[in-house]
Amino acid sequence: MRATTSILPLSLDGVALEIDGRLLLAVERAEIRKGRRTVVLGPNGAGKTLFLKLCHGLIRPTAGRIAFAGDHADRRHAMVFQKPVMLRRSVEANLTHALGLAGLGFFERRRRATEVLATFGLADLARRPARVLSGGEQQRLAIARAASVDPELLFLDEPASALDPSATRRIEDLLGELHAGGLTWVMTTHDLAQARRLADDVLFFHGGRLLEAAPAETFFTAPGTEEARAFLESRLFW
Amino acid sequence: MNGADVPTTILRSLAGFADPAFLGIVLLSLKVTLSAVGLAGLVGFPLGAALALGRFPGRGLVIVVVNAFMGLPPVVAGLAVFLLLSRSGPFGGLGLLFTPGAMMVAQFVLVLPIIVALTRQTIEDLWIEYRDQLTSMGADRLRAIPTLLWDARFSLVTTLLAGLGRASAEVGAILIVGGNIAGFTRTMTTAIALETSKGDLPLALGLGAVLMTLTFTINGLAFSVSRLGARYAG
Repeated sequence: MRATTSILPLSLDGVALEIDGRLLLAVERAEIRKGRRTVVLGPNGAGKTLFLKLCHGLIRPTAGRIAFAGDHADRRHAMVFQKPVMLRRSVEANLTHALGLAGLGFFERRRRATEVLATFGLADLARRPARVLSGGEQQRLAIARAASVDPELLFLDEPASALDPSATRRIEDLLGELHAGGLTWVMTTHDLAQARRLADDVLFFHGGRLLEAAPAETFFTAPGTEEARAFLESRLFW
Repeated sequence: MNGADVPTTILRSLAGFADPAFLGIVLLSLKVTLSAVGLAGLVGFPLGAALALGRFPGRGLVIVVVNAFMGLPPVVAGLAVFLLLSRSGPFGGLGLLFTPGAMMVAQFVLVLPIIVALTRQTIEDLWIEYRDQLTSMGADRLRAIPTLLWDARFSLVTTLLAGLGRASAEVGAILIVGGNIAGFTRTMTTAIALETSKGDLPLALGLGAVLMTLTFTINGLAFSVSRLGARYAG
């Protein structure tokens, strides 16, 4: 299913989102590179979710350009929302529904769903109604559902913010496996420790602005802005 | 008839449930009401969902009109259907007037606005929750409709019951277009109206008791099924 041309890098140029005269997000320049684990970092209300939604195409910017490389970029990226909507059906039906929307035929859908259930350790839950799963299981299903359509790029909005440490650990392991399997992902978090564990690149947002875009080691050892230094020392007020 | 006789007469009427004429009335009522509500559901669910998700000029006006038609007086609906189906009316050639078919049409007209209006509200609320997720997975508004209808299925059962309540309790419209012909278009409600005016209260009471029993049974079943389903599917 994976096409030969890559949709990456994703580049943003002079992007702004303004609603009713209020500037909600401003990104001068940013690039999501292939194979890099990008962590979007910042306090609550920094614009992290808006940034993902803009990149994913759910919201159009009022200025600037968001461009994927290659031609057929539209269906090659997927998103896992902070509160993923589980359809009121079984775990398996949640997968076949997503695969159907992605254009797979009836039998192909089923075959692929079975495969994904096994890959993501959800096979035992296949018949269970998705809405009665635990938070960790739901998040795993949400990631499986987004990854099932074989995207090249996956956006994740705070995928572990509501989970306990062991469920968080499972999600992080899962993200590691997906990355090893060739998936590029972009994840938002306000959890510094998690960012340190996972990031190759960091995009640091504050007050609706992208303040820093740097490789993780640079960002964590020598942040370039006062806000980032303050955030890293947990003394950033907003 | 004095008060002490009432339970006895009801019981006697219920015993007469086996009477073919009585049974015919009950079965016709069920047939007319259930098919009218079923058809209104088939048409009304997708229509309500389309109204919830569609964006077109005059949408607000359509919603107001549909909502207002929930309160359409049955006799007015009956009169309108009567004029449409009468010999000189546009659909007179169908020969439907004073048949069970005409009663179904009248009840369909009464029930459809209820189903469309309540479905519209349910689906619009659900869309707020599902919108980003479904859009992200590649569904446009048109493709979202079947997904939303299926996921709202337990709420829509209540919508269907609201329509059923309207249809099964209704007497004005089917009296006008059906004519209350014994053995042909006489339903429980029209028979109750007739027997009461004739003074045959025991029969009217018996029919009333049967109607209530059926209504409770249908609602009880629907409630249990949707409650069980909702618990299962979350």
